[in-house]
Amino acid sequence: MPVRDVMSGLRGRTFVPLIGDLRSLWNTRPGARVASEADRRGFPMTVTMDREHMAPITAWHGFRGTGWRADIDVRAFIQANYTPYTGDETFLAGPTERTRAVWDAIAALLPRERERGVYDVDTSTPSSITAHAPGYIDRDRELIVGLQTDAPLKRAIMPQGGLRMVASGLAAYGYTLDPLVKEIFTKHRKTHNDGVFDAYTPEIRAARRSGVVTGLPDAYGRGRIVGDYRRVALYGITRLVDAKKDELHGLDDAFASDAVIRDREELSEQIRALGELRQMAAAYGYDVSRPAATAREAVQWTYFAYLAAVKEQNGAAMSLGRTSTFLDIYIQRDLAEGLLTEEQAQELIDDFVIKLRIVRFLRTPEYDQLFSGDPTWVTESIGGIGADGRPLVTRTSFRYLQTLRNLGPAPEPNLTVFWSPRLPEPFKRFCAALSIETSSIQYESDDLMRPAYGDDTAIACCVSAAPVGRQMQFFGARVNLAKTLLYAVNGGRDEMTGEQVAPAVPALEGDYLSYDEVAPAFDRMMDWLARTYVNALNVIHYMHDKYAYERVEMALHSYPVKRTLACGIAGLSVAADSLSAIKHARVRVIRDASGLAVDYVVEGDYPAFGNNDDRVDAIAVELVRSFMAKVREHPSYRDAEHTQSVLTITSNVVYGKHTGNTPDGRRAGEPFAPGANPMNGRDRHGMIASALSVAKLPYAEARDGISLTNTVTPEGLGRTSTERITNLVGVLDGYIDAGGFHMNVNVLTRAVLLDAMEHPENYPQLTIRVSGYAVNFVRLTREQQQDVVDRTFHGSL
Amino acid sequence: MDAREATLAEAAGELRPPPPPAGTGVISSWDLSVGVDGPGTRFVVFTGGCALRCLYCQNPETWRMRDGRRVTVEEVMAEVGKYRRFITVAGGGVTVSGGEPLLQHRFTAGLLRRSRELGLHTALDTSGYLGDRASDALLADTDLVLLDIKSADPDGYRALTGVDLEPTLRFARRLSELGRPAWIRFVLVPGLTDAPDDVDALARFVATLGNVEHVDVLPFHRMAAEKYHKLGLEFPLADVPAPDAALLERVHAQLRAHGLRSI
Repeated sequence: MPVRDVMSGLRGRTFVPLIGDLRSLWNTRPGARVASEADRRGFPMTVTMDREHMAPITAWHGFRGTGWRADIDVRAFIQANYTPYTGDETFLAGPTERTRAVWDAIAALLPRERERGVYDVDTSTPSSITAHAPGYIDRDRELIVGLQTDAPLKRAIMPQGGLRMVASGLAAYGYTLDPLVKEIFTKHRKTHNDGVFDAYTPEIRAARRSGVVTGLPDAYGRGRIVGDYRRVALYGITRLVDAKKDELHGLDDAFASDAVIRDREELSEQIRALGELRQMAAAYGYDVSRPAATAREAVQWTYFAYLAAVKEQNGAAMSLGRTSTFLDIYIQRDLAEGLLTEEQAQELIDDFVIKLRIVRFLRTPEYDQLFSGDPTWVTESIGGIGADGRPLVTRTSFRYLQTLRNLGPAPEPNLTVFWSPRLPEPFKRFCAALSIETSSIQYESDDLMRPAYGDDTAIACCVSAAPVGRQMQFFGARVNLAKTLLYAVNGGRDEMTGEQVAPAVPALEGDYLSYDEVAPAFDRMMDWLARTYVNALNVIHYMHDKYAYERVEMALHSYPVKRTLACGIAGLSVAADSLSAIKHARVRVIRDASGLAVDYVVEGDYPAFGNNDDRVDAIAVELVRSFMAKVREHPSYRDAEHTQSVLTITSNVVYGKHTGNTPDGRRAGEPFAPGANPMNGRDRHGMIASALSVAKLPYAEARDGISLTNTVTPEGLGRTSTERITNLVGVLDGYIDAGGFHMNVNVLTRAVLLDAMEHPENYPQLTIRVSGYAVNFVRLTREQQQDVVDRTFHGSL
Repeated sequence: MDAREATLAEAAGELRPPPPPAGTGVISSWDLSVGVDGPGTRFVVFTGGCALRCLYCQNPETWRMRDGRRVTVEEVMAEVGKYRRFITVAGGGVTVSGGEPLLQHRFTAGLLRRSRELGLHTALDTSGYLGDRASDALLADTDLVLLDIKSADPDGYRALTGVDLEPTLRFARRLSELGRPAWIRFVLVPGLTDAPDDVDALARFVATLGNVEHVDVLPFHRMAAEKYHKLGLEFPLADVPAPDAALLERVHAQLRAHGLRSI
C-alpha cells in the first residue's frame, strides 16, 4: 500500500479536497434569517427554487422557534418543537420482515466472532473518517447505512492512541500488523502512548505498576467525549463549518499564547474533520452538507456523525448522547404529513440500533480483563424532565426501548433512562417491564443531573453526565483506595511485592491497629496519591490532545468548551469497612519477616457499609469528600474542573486481584464490590437498606457519578408481572427520592443464574426469597444453587 | 419420645414464656423486602418464637424465643423510621412476621399501632393458631392479614404443624366478619399438601370468606436445608421435590373453580 494512503489517516496530514466556497451554497446564512410567517406556519415559502439553496427552508418547514436558527442550539430546537408523550406503549410496532432479515444477517456472524474473539480485522489501514470504502450489511434492505470499515464486524486499527495496543491486539487474535503501518508509527509518527511515557515520572510508573493507580488511558483512546451528533441533522455540515470558522476567526485578534495557538489549531482540525464527515457520507450517496429534511435523513445524518467519531477514535467509551426526543420531532412531522407509518418509524430506529450494536474496536485481552465483554458504551440517554416541568419523554423514547423486544436484549446501545418520580407513569412502567424482561436498562437520577447540568444532558460511559455539545471530560480511570489504606499501614510499601511505591514513611507499629493512628496515616497517604494521580492525568491528557485529538467529536461541541478532569475511586466499601473494623472491632496485624503487614485478623463484629448504618456509612461519605478535596488541590491540565466517580465498571475484579488482605477480613485477591456497592454478603438487610447506604454518598463530591448495581430475581420483586412492575417502579422512585444517583437493575433469568454460578463476583446481591425466607444466592453451596436454578424456573408465574 | 415429639414439646413450651416487660419483645431479625411480604417494599420484623413446627418451615432460627434479641418497640420503630420516606414514595409498608407474631401479641400490637401512626400500611403474617390473642384493636391497626392455612384437613394440619387447625379457621372467620382484608397463603408440598380433596376443602372454606383478596400458592422449596444443618437439626423434607408446573396449574385451577383469585 502506498505511503500516501496510509498517511491519509493521520491527523494533521490529511488531504481533504476543499469544499469550495461554502457560502455559495446558501446565499443567506440561515442563522441571520428570521423565520418568515410562512415558515412558522409550517409550509415552504416556495417550491420552485433550487433545493440546495433553500435547504434550510425545506428541511425546517413546520418547525417552531427562532433561537436555534440564529445559533447552534439543539436544545432550543427540541424545546420549541417536541411533543411530550404521556401515554402507554400500545402504539408501538413489532419488527418487520425487513428488520428481521437485517438483524439475522448480523446474528449469523456473531458466533464466529464469539469463538475467535474478533470476526475480522483490517490490519493495514489506520482508520480515519474516510479511510475505508463504504460497507453494508444488506444494501438492498438497510434503511440506515454506514459501517466503521468496508464490512460488518471487521475491526479497524487506530494506532494514534498507541501502536503497542494495536500490535498486541492483533497478535492476540492471530493477526500481524502491516509492516508499513508499523514503520510509519515508529519512525515517522509518534503516538499518544509514546508521548505519555516520555513524560511520566518514575513515581507515576511505580504507582501504575503496583495497581494503586490503574486503568489509565495512557495506551488507548480516552473516550468519554460525546459529540452533539444531532447538530449534523439539524444544521448540515455547511452551516456547522461556518459556525466553526466564526469561532476560529474570533481568535484572530488574540495574542498567540500557547492556549490560543492550540485552540486555533484544534478549530482548524475540527473544520477539516467536518469536511471529511461530509466526504464519508457522500461515499454512501448522501449529501450531509445540507440539513436533514425527513425523519430517515435525520436518523441517517445523526448516525453518520456518530460513525465518523467511531471511525476516528477507539475511545474507552464512545457514547451517543441524547437523540431520541430530538429525532422524535422529525418522526412526528413525517407521521403527521403521512410520509411515514408507525411501522416505518420503528424500522428506522431498529435499523439505527442495529448499527449501534455492531460498533467494534480492536482491543487487547488485558484490556478485556479490565472491562470484560468487549464493551463500547454506546450510551443513549432517554427520558428525564425538562426545565419547564414537561417530561422529555416522547414516542421515540418508547421506540428506542422497543428495540429490546424487536431485536432482543443486548448490552449495546447502553440504554440509560433518566429517572424522576415525576416521569409519566406509563413510561415508568414500560421501562420497569423491560428491565424485568431484559436486564438491559440502567437508571440515573434526572433530579440530581438537571439542576447540575440542565435538561439537555447525556451520560458518557456509565455515569458521567455532561450537557451535550458544551462540556467534555478528561477520563481519568481510578485509584485503588483499599490498597492505599494498606500503604498507610506499611509506610508506602506494597503489600504484595514489598516494593517501596509511595515515599517512605514510618510503618504503623503494634499488634493491633489503632483508628487514631490509621486514619491520619491513611489521610497522608491519600495526599500523596492525589498528587501522583493528577500529575499522571495531566500528562495523559496533554499527550492525548497532542497526538490523538478527537477532531470530529470536538467539532460537534461549541467553543469554548468546558472541561472536567474525571478522577475516580475504587474499593470504597473495602476501605470504609476496614476503617469500621479498626474503629468498632479489633484488628490484629500479622507481619512477615521483613515487617510487612500481610494479613489482618478481625476480632469481633463491626458495622459494614450497606446496612443503612450511619456508624460506617459516615466513614464512606467522608472518604469520598476527603479524596475529592485532595484532588482539587492540584492544578489540572487546561484548567479542567476536578470531579470524581465511584465506579469500577468490571475492573473491581482486577483491582481485587492486585490487592492483598485487607483489615475488613477480605482475603488477598478477592474481588472488590463493583462501583459504590457494599461488599458481597455484608449487606444483611436486603437491597433497599444496601441502596440507601449508597444513596448517602454526596453527588456534589462525586459529580462524575456514583454507581450501584443491583441484582434481583423476578420473585424478589413480587409474585405477578403487574406487581413486579409496580414494585420496581416504586423502588426506583424511592431510590431517586432518597438522593441515589444510579442503579443498574438486573432481574435474573435462568441463564443469568447459571452465569452467576460461574462468576459469583458479578452477582453480590442476588437474593432468592420465597415466603419469608431470604438467601444470598452466591453464598449457597453449588448444589443449593443448582437447586435454586431448578426450582425457580419450575415455579409458578 | 421420638425426635418429632421432642420438637413439638419444645414448641408447646414457646406458649409459656415469661411475660416480657411492657413495650419490649423478642425479634429474630429485620429485613427490607419487595413484593413478597405484602404489597410493595416492606420493612419486615421477624419476631422470635413459634408454637408450630411445620415440616417445611424455612425459618428454624426463629422457632425459639430465647434465640432472639430483646428489643423495645421504640428501637424497632427507630429503624423503621429510616425507611419511612422510602416506603412512602415506593409504596409498601411494615409487616410483622415471625416466628409467630401473635405469640408476642402485645409487642406486635405496639409495632402495628406505631407503624400506623407513621402513616404506613401494616400487615400481619400469621399462622392464625393464636388468633384469639389478637385483640380487635390490634386487628383495627392491621391493614392486611397474610394468613397461612397450611391445610384444610384437620389431621393433615396436625401432622404438618403439630397443632390443631380449628383456631386458624376460627380466626379466618373472625377476620371475615370484621372485614379485615386478607391474603391466604398455602404452601404446596408434593405428597403432603397436594391431595385434590384437601385442596378442594381449602378452596371451599376460603370461598365462604368475604375478605380474601387472593390465595398465594407458594411452591415448596428446600433452600432452608443448609440452615437446618447449621443449627444441628434435620430437615424433615430433605428428599421432597419442588412441585412441578403441572401440579401448580392443577392447584390454581382447583382454587379458581371456586371463584378465588389464585396466584
